Amino acid sequence: MRRVYLDNNATTPLAPEVFEAMRPCFIEQFGNASSIHWFGQQAKAAIETAREQVAKLINARPNDVAFTSGGTESDNTSLFGIVEAAQPHGEYSGKHVIVSTIEHPAVLNAAQAIEKRGVKVTYARVGPDGMVDPAEVKSAIRPETVLISIMHANNELGVIQPLEEIGRVAREHDVYFHTDAVQSAGKIPVDVEKLGVDLLSLSAHKFHGPKGTGALYVRKGTNLRPLLFGGHHERDRRPGTENVAGIVGAGKAAELAQLNLDSEARRIAALRDRLEETILANVPQAFTNGDRTRRLPNTCNIRFNHVEGEGFVIAMDLKGIACSTGAACASGSVEPSHVLSAIGLNRDQARSSIRFSLGRMTTSEEIDLVLEILPAVVEHLRAVSPHYEKSRQLSVVSSQP
Amino acid sequence: MTTAVAMSGGVDSSTVAALLAENNSNTPTDGAPRLIGLTMQLWNQRRLARMQGLPEGASTPGLASGRCCSLDDAYDARRVANFLGIPYYVVNFESRFEEGVVRPFVERYLAGETPIPCSLCNTEVKFSQFIETAMQIGAERVATGHYARLHRDERTGRYRLFSGRDHSKDQSYFLFGLTQEQLSRSLFPLGDLRKDEVRSIARARLLPVADKPDSQEICFVPSGSYREFIEAYLAEQGRKLEGQAGEVVSTEGEVLAEHQGVYNFTVGQRKGLGFAGGSPLYVIELDPAHNRVVVGANEELFRRRMTVRDVNWICDISPGSAFEARVKIRNRHIPSAARVEALPNGGATVEFEEPQRAITPGQAAVIYSNDEDLEVIGGGWISSVA
Repeated sequence: MRRVYLDNNATTPLAPEVFEAMRPCFIEQFGNASSIHWFGQQAKAAIETAREQVAKLINARPNDVAFTSGGTESDNTSLFGIVEAAQPHGEYSGKHVIVSTIEHPAVLNAAQAIEKRGVKVTYARVGPDGMVDPAEVKSAIRPETVLISIMHANNELGVIQPLEEIGRVAREHDVYFHTDAVQSAGKIPVDVEKLGVDLLSLSAHKFHGPKGTGALYVRKGTNLRPLLFGGHHERDRRPGTENVAGIVGAGKAAELAQLNLDSEARRIAALRDRLEETILANVPQAFTNGDRTRRLPNTCNIRFNHVEGEGFVIAMDLKGIACSTGAACASGSVEPSHVLSAIGLNRDQARSSIRFSLGRMTTSEEIDLVLEILPAVVEHLRAVSPHYEKSRQLSVVSSQP
Repeated sequence: MTTAVAMSGGVDSSTVAALLAENNSNTPTDGAPRLIGLTMQLWNQRRLARMQGLPEGASTPGLASGRCCSLDDAYDARRVANFLGIPYYVVNFESRFEEGVVRPFVERYLAGETPIPCSLCNTEVKFSQFIETAMQIGAERVATGHYARLHRDERTGRYRLFSGRDHSKDQSYFLFGLTQEQLSRSLFPLGDLRKDEVRSIARARLLPVADKPDSQEICFVPSGSYREFIEAYLAEQGRKLEGQAGEVVSTEGEVLAEHQGVYNFTVGQRKGLGFAGGSPLYVIELDPAHNRVVVGANEELFRRRMTVRDVNWICDISPGSAFEARVKIRNRHIPSAARVEALPNGGATVEFEEPQRAITPGQAAVIYSNDEDLEVIGGGWISSVA
C-alpha cells in the first residue's frame, strides 16, 4: 500500500544528510567531549560546530545555546529554572508566571506543577483565531511576575503568535520571556532578537533531525537554575555526558532547514493551500479552525461536521494516509483537545477536527492521492453517523424560502 | 468482510483475535484488512489516581492486576496485535462510558439499588459505540470474547442468543440488552469453548497473555469498594456522599436502630447492621422512598415474585404472553424455573417455582428458555420484589 505521511507536526523523518553526519559519532568518534585527549577533542569540536549551526538558525550567539533531550526538557528547565532562580533559596511562593491556554503540555503541565508548589499562574486566553492578545498578557503582569511563556506557533492549529509585541511588553516590565518554538524552528524564520525572547525551546526531530535532542536558548545574563545537577557540561546549564550523535544531527538538521527555508516554506504552503482549498470547496460542512493568514506554512486544521475524528484518522490510516486529531494519551487513544476548546469549539466540533501537517517529503502527487481518498472517507463516516442525516434535513428545510 | 475485534488485553479476547486471524489468513485481500484490533479506552487512569488521592503519575494500586481499563491491559492488547500482525488502535470512549455507565451506576446506587454496570456497559458502550466505530473504520462485524453462542434462524431471519457452552463461564447474562441489529453484527467465537480450552489455544499459539489471570472486579472500581469509588466520584464534582440518617426496622415495622444512608446496604447483607445479639438479621429490603432499611431473618430473604422493567426481548415475545422459563437474577445465580408474563408496559412479571434468596432491585434479570440450551429470551432490570 502506498503510504502518505501528513503528520509532520508530530515528527519528521531523519534527513539522509543528517543520518550521514551522525554516523561516525557512534563508532569511530565515540569520545567523551569532556576528555582532554584527542578522542574527547573530536567530540567537543563536533558539538561546537552543531552549536553554531543551531545558533545560526535562531540568530543567537552559540554560547547562549545549550543542548537538551528535547522540547519537553527545554520547556521544563525554563519554567522551573526561572522561578527557582528568582529568589536566592528557590522558594516558589510569591511568584507569578503567565502562560497561554494553548501551550503544549510540556509548558502547561509544568505550569500546573509549579502552581501546586505555590506559584501563581495566569493562563492567557486566545480568541477564535487561536491568537494570544498581547494586551491581555500586559494587563496580567504584576510586580511578582517573573516569567511569560507563550509558544511561537501552535502545534494543532499552526497559528503564529504575536511574539514581537509580547516581547516588547515583557521588556518594558522587565519580565523574562520564554517561547516554545518547537513547531516553528526550521519551518519559518526564528530570530531571538526580533522576537525579543530570553529563552527559547526547540526540538531537532520536528525538522528532520533525530529524536531525543533539543536545545534551549538562554540569553546571556539570564538568571536560570538548572533542572538537573551533575557535572559542568553545557556551561552548567545541563549536566550529563553529551549525546554527541544527537547533537551533531540537530546541528546538521538546523543547517539544512536554514538552507532552503524560504523556498521550502513557499513550496509546502502551496501544497497545503491546494489541499485545504480543494477540501473546503468539495466537501460539504468543512471549515478551517483558527486563523488562516498567520499560520505555519505546513499546517491546516479542518473541521468536518458530524465526522468522528478518531474514526476518520483510523479509516484514513487503513487506506495509507497518516493525519491526526488532538493529542495522544498514554494508551494511544485520542484525548479531547485543550487547544480546540480554548478557541471556543464545543466537544462535538473538537472531536470532528483533523490536523494535516505537511513536510519536506510531501509531494504534489501525494496531495492528489489524499484528495482522491478523503471525500469518500468523510462521506462514509457521515453515513454511519446518527446525527448527520438529521442535520442535513434541517439545513435543507431551513434553506427553503 | 472486515471484522473489528474488541481487545481488552485479556486471554479471552486475545484468543478471539488469534482464531479470527487464522481463519482470515487465506482470504485474498483487496487492500482492506480483514481483521482490525481495537481497545476501548473507557476510563482515564490519571483521573482514577487523582480520585483516590494519589499524586499525579503514581501507579494505581490494584490496577496492575489485569482489570479491563488499566493501561497495562492496553499495552498487552497492543502486544498481542503486533504478535498476530493485525492493525490495532485504541479508541477513546471515556465520555460515552461515563455518561452511559458510571453516572447511572452512581445515581442508582444513591437511590438504594445495587446496580450492575457490566450489562449497561455492553448495551451503552460495547455494542453501540463500538459497533458504530467499527463501521466508521470500514468493518461490518465486531467480535468479542464473551462466552455466549449466537445463531441465525434461517427460517425467521432472527438472531438467537444462547448461554455459553461452558455454563460456569456464561456471559450471556451481560448481553440481554442487545438488539437484533446489534446481534446481526456480532461474533462470539468462544461460545462453544470452555475456559481451559481457550487457555490451551492461547498457549499453543504462544500468545503473550496466555497465562494472564482473569479479571474479576468491576473495571473502574479497582479497589473493589463501590463506596470508596462513589465517594471519590462525588468529591470530584464537589458533592459529598451524605447519608440521610433513617430507621432500621423489622419486617413487622418495629424500629430497631438508626442507619446513616440506605446506600450503605445491600439486600442479603448481614454484617455491618450496627447492632448485635439475638438471632442473625439480614437486610431484607431497602426502602429509599421512606429512607428505611428493613431487616429480618434469613428465611424472609426468600421471595417468589418480582417485576422486571425495560425488558429487551431477543426472541419474538408479544405483550401479554406467558411462558415457562429459567430466570437468572445475578451473575453467579443458577437460572431457576419460573413462570414469566410479558407486560404491555415493556416490563415483565416473574414467579419462581421455588423462592429465591436476596432478589435485589437494580440487578439484571435474564430470562432463558426452560431447557439445557439456555437460550436468552430477554432480560431487564429488577424493579420490585414481592
